[in-house]
Amino acid sequence: MNRGFFPPAEPVSRLIDEFNKLPGIGPKSAARLAYHLLRMPEAEARSLAEAIIAVKDKIVLCSLCQNITDSDPYAICRSKQRDQNKICIVEEPLDILALERTGQYQGLYHVLHGVISPMEGIGPDDLKIRELLGRLKSGKVEEVILATNPNLEGEATAMYLQRLLSPSGIRMTSLARGLPVGGDLEYADEVTLGRALEGRREV
Amino acid sequence: MTTPKVYKTEAIVLRRINLGEADKILTLYTPNLGKIRAIAKGVRKPTSKLGGHVELLTHCSLMLARGRNLDIVSQGETLDSFSPLRRDLWRISCALYLAELVDAFAAENVENRPVFALLLDALHWLGQARHTGLVLRYFELHLLGHLGYQPQLQQCVNCKSALEPTANFFSASGGGMLCPNCVDTEPVTRPISLNALKVLRFLQNSDLATSQRLRLSPDLSRELEQLLREYIRYLLERELKSTEFLHRLEQDFVTDLR
Ligand SMILES: [Zn+2]
Ligand SMILES: [Zn+2]
Repeated sequence: MNRGFFPPAEPVSRLIDEFNKLPGIGPKSAARLAYHLLRMPEAEARSLAEAIIAVKDKIVLCSLCQNITDSDPYAICRSKQRDQNKICIVEEPLDILALERTGQYQGLYHVLHGVISPMEGIGPDDLKIRELLGRLKSGKVEEVILATNPNLEGEATAMYLQRLLSPSGIRMTSLARGLPVGGDLEYADEVTLGRALEGRREV
Repeated sequence: MTTPKVYKTEAIVLRRINLGEADKILTLYTPNLGKIRAIAKGVRKPTSKLGGHVELLTHCSLMLARGRNLDIVSQGETLDSFSPLRRDLWRISCALYLAELVDAFAAENVENRPVFALLLDALHWLGQARHTGLVLRYFELHLLGHLGYQPQLQQCVNCKSALEPTANFFSASGGGMLCPNCVDTEPVTRPISLNALKVLRFLQNSDLATSQRLRLSPDLSRELEQLLREYIRYLLERELKSTEFLHRLEQDFVTDLR
């Protein structure tokens, strides 16, 4: 250890270490955050700590759609208003928010939690595909909408699912063109996304 | 070498990883600079003008600005998106394997024009080839050649004698053929059939178009695939990740892939 270097009190350095583990947070930002928390009113700090614990304690993956939820099944899966014959397949939970904002879709969802990415070693078994096949076995689903991102990995994943599901005879559609290539679904505006949903085509 | 603040280059996008909210770090292969990495800002936003031009496996023309760590792509234009390739999951996966292979072997900022030309040629052929396996084998063999790992196929790497038309051996550690007498002189060896040796020699001296005229039995295809993969694994000291997905596709959809 350097001469003249006095480490912060143990609880503070522990907090700094924990922040340092977060994505995009280096040692300097970690220290800044830790000292910011030290100056925070006790109630606010406690509320933050409770929010972190609650997110780990109460949040689970819905056993049906695999979305993150605090009640299993997730609200959309429980709702009698939703069309039980349609499942829209998305990469990430945030994509559900984007599609819900359009107000155009009344069916169910399924979250893959990623895309097939051969170069990163992410294959079908790393996604929630087995869970999807389980849901389709019920025979109630008449249409599967492939709403992966309009980029190479998203399209490769859609093609894989198409191949996997085609023996089942379920109608498969994908979002209409108009979504720019390379972009992420979660950033698409409601109008464009709504139009893409309306004009979806058979694959 | 000093480079200007803003420069223009052709590139093939080998890899893209997310950075922050909406940016991506691109791994590019260029004719003059070899492999470089650069930041493409805002490309995950659908409003991005750049996004589509720096899609994975796109041949593009880019303007880059010198950045503090990584250079920043300021403009892009697609030269070829290899659309025939993109319509087929198997061909896409083969192309990703080629990209991973180049990324794994290429050092940053080392110019290697033949590698750039080879990759461009192979991506074109992958969109139309009747035998995608031959494109991959051709690519592997020639990539290794351009990088200084050309396997010795004419004579025994140990005793230098000409090879008899019999069952010989291929040695990854020796970088080429071994005659039956010398098989114990290298740690990593495998038997190679006479036909496999003939195909390798043919591929080494032909171009991609000519190589497509070959017709290989499934057994011979598999032998060549395993032989070159073993050589590559020996050189890289690891397995490439995309090979697993290629095998997975073969398993899941046995019937109609190749
Ligand atoms: Zn659910
Ligand atoms: Zn010998």
